Amino acid sequence: MTMINSNPIGLYLHIPFCNGKCPYCDFYSVAPQKGVTDSYVAALCKKIDEENRIYDTVYFGGGTPSLIGADNISLILSHVQTTENCEITLECNPSDTGGINSVFDFVKVAESGVNRISLGLQSAVDTERKALGRRGGCDDVERAIARARAAGITNISLDLMLGIPNQTKESLLESVEFCRKSGATHVSAYILKIEEGTFFHKKRDTLTLPDDDETGELYLEAARALEESGFIQYEISNFAKEGYESRHNLKYWRCEEYLGIGAAAHSFANGKRFYYERSIADFIAETPPIDDGAGGDEEEFIMLALRLTEGLNFARFESLFGKSVPDGIVEKAKFLRDHGLVTVDSEKISLTKQGFLLSNSVICSLLEIY
Amino acid sequence: MAVSKDKIRNFCIIAHIDHGKSTLADRLLEKTKSVALREMTAQLLDKMDLERERGITIKAHAVKLNYLAEDGEEYILNLIDTPGHVDFNYEVSRSLAACEGAVLIVDASQGVEAQTLANTYLALDHNLEIVPVINKIDLPSAEPDRVAAEVEEVIGLDCSEAPRVSAKTGINIEQVLESIVKNIPSPEANDNLPPRALIFDSVYDSYKGVIVYVRVKEGKIKPGDTMRMMATGAEFTIVETGYMRATVPEPCSELTAGEVGYITASIKTVGDARVGDTVTIVENPAKEPLPGYRKVNPMVFCGVYPADGADYENLRDALEKLQLNDAALTYEPETSGALGFGFRCGFLGLLHLEIIQERLEREYDLDLVTTIPSVIYKIYLNDGTMIEIDNPTHYPDPAHINYCEEPFTDAHIYSPAEYVGAIMDLCQERRGIFKNMDYITPDRVDIHYELPLNEIIYDFFDSLKSRTRGYASFDYEISDYRRSNLVKLDVLLNGDLIDALSFIIHNDKARSKSRKIAEKLKDNIPRQMFEIPIQVAIGGKVIARETVKAMRKDVLAKCYGGDITRKKKLLEKQKEGKKRMRHFGTVEVPQEAFMAVLKLDDND
Repeated sequence: MTMINSNPIGLYLHIPFCNGKCPYCDFYSVAPQKGVTDSYVAALCKKIDEENRIYDTVYFGGGTPSLIGADNISLILSHVQTTENCEITLECNPSDTGGINSVFDFVKVAESGVNRISLGLQSAVDTERKALGRRGGCDDVERAIARARAAGITNISLDLMLGIPNQTKESLLESVEFCRKSGATHVSAYILKIEEGTFFHKKRDTLTLPDDDETGELYLEAARALEESGFIQYEISNFAKEGYESRHNLKYWRCEEYLGIGAAAHSFANGKRFYYERSIADFIAETPPIDDGAGGDEEEFIMLALRLTEGLNFARFESLFGKSVPDGIVEKAKFLRDHGLVTVDSEKISLTKQGFLLSNSVICSLLEIY
Repeated sequence: MAVSKDKIRNFCIIAHIDHGKSTLADRLLEKTKSVALREMTAQLLDKMDLERERGITIKAHAVKLNYLAEDGEEYILNLIDTPGHVDFNYEVSRSLAACEGAVLIVDASQGVEAQTLANTYLALDHNLEIVPVINKIDLPSAEPDRVAAEVEEVIGLDCSEAPRVSAKTGINIEQVLESIVKNIPSPEANDNLPPRALIFDSVYDSYKGVIVYVRVKEGKIKPGDTMRMMATGAEFTIVETGYMRATVPEPCSELTAGEVGYITASIKTVGDARVGDTVTIVENPAKEPLPGYRKVNPMVFCGVYPADGADYENLRDALEKLQLNDAALTYEPETSGALGFGFRCGFLGLLHLEIIQERLEREYDLDLVTTIPSVIYKIYLNDGTMIEIDNPTHYPDPAHINYCEEPFTDAHIYSPAEYVGAIMDLCQERRGIFKNMDYITPDRVDIHYELPLNEIIYDFFDSLKSRTRGYASFDYEISDYRRSNLVKLDVLLNGDLIDALSFIIHNDKARSKSRKIAEKLKDNIPRQMFEIPIQVAIGGKVIARETVKAMRKDVLAKCYGGDITRKKKLLEKQKEGKKRMRHFGTVEVPQEAFMAVLKLDDND
């Protein structure tokens, strides 16, 4: 094979099956059906074989990847060529994997290589979880973590959601406290966005959502409390114990390449962005992905880098693009620094927490020269 | 071959807005077969899209119709359409002066309304024979008998013979044509006198130069003659004379007394063929011009800037082209610290301003920012000199000012008597000085006020309409300059003076206006990444302040399975949005914020 293909890249595998649709979710998912699941898994394996590449991160996202069962996950992973220290993440639904009667085989997935799981906690307050349409309670999450640990998977990420119906500073702190006690290594704290086409969007007028000011407060409070608990912020929505940053997700922000396989999966490989249609049938029928244009230009690189606390590194920019970061951006950054939105030093530009909260405007403003 | 003078009828159509003027005009064209059915687009005479959309006629138009009447004779009917707004009152009066009669349309369900009356009086002033027509009889709510009685009572016109029509469906349109032939007198015309023709409109054509629309009052005009504009003194050799037809012009060998037609003479700009001027022929000149000419001067000024600085040249080209056709529009380059390069433009009034702005945006595809309109102020300085300013930026240091003068108008408001209170309240608020009030009929009044021009250029007409449910009509004339206690208001955003938002105002109104401006800006400037103080000041003294709070949250948290393109698109969208903003120092102000300040009215 060619030189390029010998470089390890990231692999995203989309498992578009869910037992139910959460009212805020606009990710692609459908209810699982026995025959369809098997054909889909077979199609994934076939595509992985065809691509014939080596991966240093693998991420099962969904949908609910745990839903297809340990055997299928193991089968898929048997087709994936990985580097030695490959990070392999599996998104798990707490009630499917941590329910009292759940039989999910963590040992099997661990044996086939999974070394990191991501659980959708969203909130440690059961009434808030209910409002988000999450089945099961916090005890499911606790059990899932315990079972994963027992199987040897100790790198555990929890999802938190901010700005959800009826959330207060106090209830948020309860959730953060849960994360701390659980022994998780990583927390993703996303601000709820009401996406078109979701149940929440339809019901948006009846929801008691915190307003922008309150949500902003919640975000800053979450960042403060998480850091106090040892989860250091490394991206707008991501916090990790030292050394436990998600290597897979960092590829997105560092403009590194990854292949997305499965319905609705997005790729950035060989300088191009492309994605598969949101259709299981199309994927099984081997419909080729849709071209999404070139990727990795200066503007995109900066836009993504600024989402990370490591920020826009001048030396890295120069080595990639053969020129220094445009003066206009540095000038703008200095102006924004006076308003407490970014920090600028001799090595990099990075956003402050306040800057993260306004990152769309801040990044847009920095990129105005393009 | 000239037709017999007694077969000519020169008339216009007058009506309250929306009573069906343009529709009836179309129907007359159709009935006289002036235009093939397949060529009919709705409201043929309103040539500009803008006119069709707004339902108002902006420019006068004219058309010659041939009509075979019931008496077996063929008549020439010259229909002159008139503009329909107070800004263009002078043009209306010139169109009326070109006619012997007017068809007055009254809506069969609405009855007599403000402009019905105002237009009728205007027509009577010009000694026109008025032919009433009751329109829209097809409507379920139509009450033609009641409306006919109302016209008789209020206006004193005999309506027993008035045609009752539906211009929309075409019912009884022949009766209108017959009534025109029977009731409107033929022109008094003498071909042997020295020629005099009234210009009632002129239009620029890129092939022929200016096409001058005239009503020949006396004498004859033919190609080859040297014509002289009696007011401006300009002379041109006539290239072509002819009649306006509905679709194409029809050249003729000469225009004679009593006729309506056009002249072309390779005239470069409409400024050389001003509405109201008299055309005579150098070889046989008339001694006196026809009465009533006045040069129309712009009264309202504002800065017009391209939203995108790169469009400056395009804006200049567009203004140049519009001016070819609009003698009342003036422009000269100006520069603003906040807005960059643009033009100071002069207009007849606020509607004229809006129309020009819309035409620039639509026909020339320009994005514009316009500043708050101003009138011409006279500033007397301590050193004894006087300066005229139409731009607040040029307002001198108050320490050097002895006193200021502002233009006043003589204003007449016609209205049903029940709105007298509301109208007087409005005029008082606008610093009006009550002169007198006449009862035209027991329940209709003519209220006479002296009003400062700068109080009526914003939204006076709209306020008047809303306070009188559309029943009042309004007319004004500049009378004189009067001493006035004026101050200049400055707006500061984040401490930076925004020159484009400065304006001149009477001291008594400065405080309340300042508060409103500050509030409006606050409501219309979107929250930004940091707090923005808004200050309104006179000299160095801040008299109103507001704050646009900092935006609290603007973040896209989740990455959709590595879907970077989605993020990029959002960023692009946000950047597009920013482009529509004006940057003032560090603050971004959307165009709507300007507009909101510009449109500040009584209801705010």
